[in-house]
Amino acid sequence: MSQTFVLKKGLDIPVAGEAELRVSKTIAPGIVAVQPTDFKGFLPRLLVKEGDPVLCGSPVAADKKNAGILLTSPVSGTVRQIVRGEKRKLLAILVEADGKRQSVDFDVRDAASLDDAQVREALLQSGLWPALVQRPYGVIADPALRPRDIFVSTFSTAPLAPDAAFCLGGELSAIQAGVYALSKLTDGKVRVGLDGNVASSPFAALKGCELYTFKGRHPAGNVGVQISHIAPIRKEDTVWTVSLASLAAIGKLFTTGRYDVRRKVAVTGPMALECAYVDTLPGTPMKELRAFWGNTPAEELRIVGGDVLSGKVIGPEGYLGFFDTQLTLLREGTDKELLGWIRPLRFNQFSADRSYFSWLLPKKKYAMDTNLHGGARAFLMNDGYYARVLPMDIYPVFLAKACLAGDIEKMEKFGIYEVLPEDLATCEFVDPSKNDIQDMIERGIDLMLKEMA
Amino acid sequence: MNKIFEKGGKLYWLHSTVDAFETFLHVPGTVTKKGSHVRDAIDLKRLLILVVIAAAPAALFGMWNVGYQHGLAVGDLRLNILGNWWYGFLRVLPLYIVSYAVGLGIEFASCQIRGEEVSEGYLVSGFFIPLIVPVDIPLWMLALAVAFAVIFGKEVFGGTGMNIVNPAILARAFLFFSYPNYMSGSSCWIHVKPTEQLVDGFTGATPLALDGASAQYGTGFWDLFIGTVPGSVGETSVIAILLGAVILLWTGIASWKIMLSGILGVLFVGGLGDLAGISTIPCYMQLLYGGFAFGIVFMATDPVTSAQTECGKWIYGFLIGALCITVRLVNPGYAEGMMLAILLCNVLAPLIDHCVVSVHLSRKAKKLKTA
Repeated sequence: MSQTFVLKKGLDIPVAGEAELRVSKTIAPGIVAVQPTDFKGFLPRLLVKEGDPVLCGSPVAADKKNAGILLTSPVSGTVRQIVRGEKRKLLAILVEADGKRQSVDFDVRDAASLDDAQVREALLQSGLWPALVQRPYGVIADPALRPRDIFVSTFSTAPLAPDAAFCLGGELSAIQAGVYALSKLTDGKVRVGLDGNVASSPFAALKGCELYTFKGRHPAGNVGVQISHIAPIRKEDTVWTVSLASLAAIGKLFTTGRYDVRRKVAVTGPMALECAYVDTLPGTPMKELRAFWGNTPAEELRIVGGDVLSGKVIGPEGYLGFFDTQLTLLREGTDKELLGWIRPLRFNQFSADRSYFSWLLPKKKYAMDTNLHGGARAFLMNDGYYARVLPMDIYPVFLAKACLAGDIEKMEKFGIYEVLPEDLATCEFVDPSKNDIQDMIERGIDLMLKEMA
Repeated sequence: MNKIFEKGGKLYWLHSTVDAFETFLHVPGTVTKKGSHVRDAIDLKRLLILVVIAAAPAALFGMWNVGYQHGLAVGDLRLNILGNWWYGFLRVLPLYIVSYAVGLGIEFASCQIRGEEVSEGYLVSGFFIPLIVPVDIPLWMLALAVAFAVIFGKEVFGGTGMNIVNPAILARAFLFFSYPNYMSGSSCWIHVKPTEQLVDGFTGATPLALDGASAQYGTGFWDLFIGTVPGSVGETSVIAILLGAVILLWTGIASWKIMLSGILGVLFVGGLGDLAGISTIPCYMQLLYGGFAFGIVFMATDPVTSAQTECGKWIYGFLIGALCITVRLVNPGYAEGMMLAILLCNVLAPLIDHCVVSVHLSRKAKKLKTA
C-alpha cells in the first residue's frame, strides 16, 4: 500500500483547449534538431560537421566540462546544418532523416543483470544521460555521483497537461525496465509519485520502487513538490529526477538496446484548431505541425513548448524541445481592454482572487491569452497570498526576495535547494504585482551555481 | 503611448503621468515576457479599488454624521438625512481634494524620478486620510501632513510596497504631534461656523475623552455601534466599518487573523482592566469606542506594513489590540491609543516575522535531521 499525501494548497488553472485522447497524426520529421539549450548546465562541444552521416544514437555533441555526457541524434541520416546564435553560441544541430531508421545497438537488453557502471555507461553512450536532472539546481546529473534517491512523477497537474495514462500507460514494461535500471544508480530508492486525482493509476503496478500517491491541485504533480513531501532535500543531499517520458526511453534502451525517444505530444491551447496528440520525436520542426494553427499570423500566436506556466516559447520556426510532451498554442494578448480593471464582472477572465467572480463558475474553461493584465509593481500582498497556491513548506515571497537580493545565506535558509522555478509558477500566476517570480528563482539558482562552483 | 513620451522623446519627463492615465482607462496590451505565459486577471488597481469600495460606507456615514453633529451642536435638527449628508459632504470634500492633490502630485513626481509606472497605493491612503482626521482640520495642515507622510513614509523607502509604516497613520501622527490643539480636546471634532452659537453646555468631546460621562448625544451601545457620536470623519460608525470588513474578508485582501486577534487583544487587556478596577466601562465596549474598529479593519490589515507570516499576523493583531487599550486605560495624556498602537506594531512587524520565520526554520531543520 502506497503512502498517500493530500495537498490542500494549489491552483488548477482552467485554460481551454484540452487535447482529446486520440493520436491525430504520426509524424516522421524530415529534419530533426538536437538542441543543447534544452539542458541546463550543458556546455556543448560539437562532435560532427555538416555533411557527416549519423545513425539514430550517434553522438553529435559532448559536454565540455564532462566529456562523457553526450547528446545523440534521434534519427539516422546526415547532419544538414549547425545553427549558431549570438557569439557563435551553438543553438541546434539539424539532422536530415534518411527514413531508414538505422540505430546504433548499445547491446544492453536486460537491466536486471547489469551493474551500476554498465548502466551508467549505457546511459552516457546512448545520449539519455542528460534526461537525468539533478536537484538542487535542475542541472544535468553528475555521472560521478550516487544520488540519495531518484524521483519520478508519473503525472502532471499543469494546465492542459498530457494524460500520462494515455501517453505511456501502454509502455508499462519499458517503464518497469527503466525503474530497474535506475535503481542500480542510487543507494536509496527510486521513488515514484502516483496520481491520486484519478480512480486508478496504471503505474501503481510498478515494482522495485517506492510508490506514493499525491492528491491535489497543481503543482501536486511537480516532482519538486513530491520530493518535499516524501523526503525534503537538505543542503548536503543530491537527488535525481527523471520525467516519465524519459524514463520510458531509458526503459526502451534497456530492453531493445536502442535510443528511441519517440513519444506522444499533446497539442493544446485555445488557439489550437485541433486539440489532440501527435506521435513524434523531440526536435521536430514546428513547420510539420502547421495544420494545428492554420493561417494564424505569427505575431498573434505564441507557441509554447510545455505548459502555459513554465514552458518555453518555441516560435513557428522553432523545434520541439527534448523534454516537451506538450505544445500550448496561445493568442498574444496585445489588445487593450477599456476600463478592464474596474468592470465589476469580467466573466471571460479567470482570476483565483475572489474580487472577480470566477469562483461562481468552477467548471468554466477560459480562452486565456498572454496579456499581463496589469502593470508590474513591487510586492504588495503578503506571503500568505502566495503560499495558498504552493503546497510546500516554504515562504515564497521571502525566498523570491532573497533571490532578488542575491543573498546566498538567506536563499539557503528559505529553501533554494528544494525548488526549481516551475514549482513557484502558480505563485507567479496569481501575483497581482505581476512579478516574474520564476525568473527571480532562476537567477537565484544561477547565482548559487556560480558561487558553489 | 505617443512617441514623444517615450525614452528620448521631448516629453519623456511626463511619461509616468501619461502612462498612469492611460492604464487607468484601459488594461494595457502588455504581454508576458518571462515565466508564466498566462496571468491572473487580478492586478493592484483591482485590489485597491476594492479597499476604497470597502471604506465607502464608513466615508458616506461619516459625511452624514458631520452634518448631524453640527445640527446637534447648534440645536438645529431641521435637516433631513440627505441634507445632513450634503452638509457634511461639502465639509469633507475639501479634505479629499487636498489629500489627493498633494499626495498624488508627490507620487507622480517621485515615480517619474524613479522612471517607474505610477503605483496605485496612494489611491487607498488618500481615501483614508480624510477619514481619520477631525473635519475642521485646517487644509494647509492636512497638506503638510500628507506631504510628510508620502515623502518620508513611503517615497524615501522606494514607493508603494516598500514602506515600513502605513502612510495614512503617519499623516495622522504628524498632525497629532505637530498640532495637538487641532487634534484633541472638545472643539475640533464637530464642524461649527464661527458665527454660530452653541447650545448651552454642549461639549464636542468624543465619548472616549468623556469616558462615558453624560453628553448631549448618547453613549450607549447602539449610539456607538451606529456611530452618531463625534469623532474623526470615518471612524465613528462601527456598523459601516463592519460592512467594509465583510468585503475585505470575503475577497481575502485583509487578514481575518489580524482582525480577530486584534479583538482578542482588546478583550484581554480590557478584561484585565475591568478586573483590576482601572476601567470604568466593560471591556467589550472598548471595541466600539474611538478609532479601534476603523484601525483594525482598514489600517492594521494593510498587507505591506502588517506582519507577513500567518503566525506573525496573530501576534501582530493581538499586540495592536492590547497596546491600544493599554494606552487608553493607563495613559492619562492620550484618550486614544489606536494610532500609536498601529504605528508601533508596523515598526515591530518585521521583527515579529523574523522571529516566526526563525522558529519555523529551526524546527524544520531539526525535523530534516531526524528524518
